[in-house]
Amino acid sequence: MTGLAIDVTRTGALALRGPATISDAASVSTALAGLPLSEPLSVDLSELTRLDTGAAYALVEAERRAEAAGGRLEFVGASEAVDTLLTRVRAAAPRAVDTKPHRLTLLDRCENLGRSVADAGSFLVDCLGLFGLFLARLWRVVLHPKEFRFTALVHHIEEVGLKAVPIVALMAFLIGVVLAFQGAAQLRQFGAEVFVVDLIAISILRELGILLTAIIVAGRTASAFTAAIGSMKMREEIDAMRTLAIDPGQALIVPRILALLITLPILGLVADIAGLLGGAIMSWVELGVSPGMFRTRLFEGTDVRHVWVGLVKAPFFAIIIGVVGCRAGLNVGRDAESLGRMTSSAVVAAIFAVIVADAIFSIFFAQIGV
Amino acid sequence: MAPVIKLRGIRTQFGNHVVHDDLNLEVNAGEILGVVGGSGTGKSVLLRTIAGLNRPVSGSVEVLGTDVLTADEDARIKLQQRWGVMFQDGALFSALTVRENVEVPMRAIAGLPADLRRDLAELKIAMAGLPPAACDNYPAELSGGMRKRAGLARALALDPEIVFLDEPTAGLDPIGAADFDQLIKNLSDALGLTVFLVTHDLDTLHAVCDRIAVLAEKRVLTTGTMAEMLRVDHPWVREYFHGPRARAALDAQERIGD
Repeated sequence: MTGLAIDVTRTGALALRGPATISDAASVSTALAGLPLSEPLSVDLSELTRLDTGAAYALVEAERRAEAAGGRLEFVGASEAVDTLLTRVRAAAPRAVDTKPHRLTLLDRCENLGRSVADAGSFLVDCLGLFGLFLARLWRVVLHPKEFRFTALVHHIEEVGLKAVPIVALMAFLIGVVLAFQGAAQLRQFGAEVFVVDLIAISILRELGILLTAIIVAGRTASAFTAAIGSMKMREEIDAMRTLAIDPGQALIVPRILALLITLPILGLVADIAGLLGGAIMSWVELGVSPGMFRTRLFEGTDVRHVWVGLVKAPFFAIIIGVVGCRAGLNVGRDAESLGRMTSSAVVAAIFAVIVADAIFSIFFAQIGV
Repeated sequence: MAPVIKLRGIRTQFGNHVVHDDLNLEVNAGEILGVVGGSGTGKSVLLRTIAGLNRPVSGSVEVLGTDVLTADEDARIKLQQRWGVMFQDGALFSALTVRENVEVPMRAIAGLPADLRRDLAELKIAMAGLPPAACDNYPAELSGGMRKRAGLARALALDPEIVFLDEPTAGLDPIGAADFDQLIKNLSDALGLTVFLVTHDLDTLHAVCDRIAVLAEKRVLTTGTMAEMLRVDHPWVREYFHGPRARAALDAQERIGD
């Protein structure tokens, strides 16, 4: 297939030969733009084998420009089909409007900054609202236990809790290994190898076990909640529930957050045990602290309150993760883009909030001296 | 006229469920073919099979002289630029505005300047009967009918030789549906399109289709013009074209004809 040929037959006359398609639109435009538009021009279309709307638009555009410049562009020898197409394109062609690309000014940037701060604030308020809704629906469940969706709760406990056990245990085990390894290098300098047990026990039980579990769960579960609720929102399933007298709060949100509330402390405990196990193995290999010695030192040197200080944070983290995940899901619009955006921002917000809450707990415990 | 779509011995099945068995169909250049059939007879599956989105178990699909099932990557891409598909709900990219949606297929054209592409997209949108203001809207902001028009504009972006329309008038109000019928007819005349449309809408069949193919018993039961359909002696076909709704549509068409 040979392409389009544009020939100047005489002054003010042009002939198009062959197929003119959208790929030729630019060259047709340029060829016509190179001619003096203020004088009468004729374009011979009799040897066109094909004309599509793309090329037709280029012709119509030139015709319009010629008219604006006081000249005239005449199409000669157009077949009936070509003529029909030109007429249609002429009727539909957009009026040329000069739209300057909008440049961001300093004011726009300030506005954007202000908007994102306000959005973050209103998301916080939304989350508080959702927490209130959760409590209200939970209270309703207490009053009407028969309405509770027990199957959904069990399903979510499996998804959120049971399936997270391997990754949480592995992560905590490795953290224990790393702590023992790093601690050993430092403590050996003072001949205080045995204190590695206190180091591992206190840091894992008080802080790392539950904090890292919460971060993993935030990554796994907040995103899953947002994606599930968001795609239901996108396909109007949540609206459908409302019309069927099913309360989305009770059907979707209570089982999810409750499942997190139940499973996160358990996962935290799993992480504590796995972390201590990893630490004990590494201490044995690296420092020669035998498992028996590790056990004795652990029981003597570490108070059980450290476990409580760690695990008491779990329900708070669970609420934060659940509320942020569900709320972000409800904020999804009707486009696929917003689903992705909300899912990623739910994970970021949940992890951030968990760390902030952990910092507040640290200050609190330091103040009351636990 | 030479057939542009040729289906031979198509067999499609999902698990044990056979949708098409030894299905044959030809679509001629420049015609508007309407495919009808009861729910679940695989009309949309047939469209997807021709467009290469669904692989039949056996049989051959030839479109514009290219075998869709055996064509290599390059041939398939060339072919895809010569057809356009409008899905039932438009299937517009939700993250892009209507104009950007229409520009998507045009980006494959080498040497098309951005401002010309933009103008061409606006031209297609106008030709599909959308107001200029709709160009900058996102699909979620449009009504169902407007989304269909935007979907059509995208399907027509590269001036394809064949367009596939899946239920173009489903979910539109009668006025919108009649407009859309007229639009399909006009565009087909102006651009010399071959149109393969799947529909339930008897008015569409009357108003725009040159030929009708009836899908039943896992194959193309019969093809022919509206007048021929009325004479076919098959229980489903009779029920379909002689039922109360069909009669009303036919009467309306005759009144317009008078």
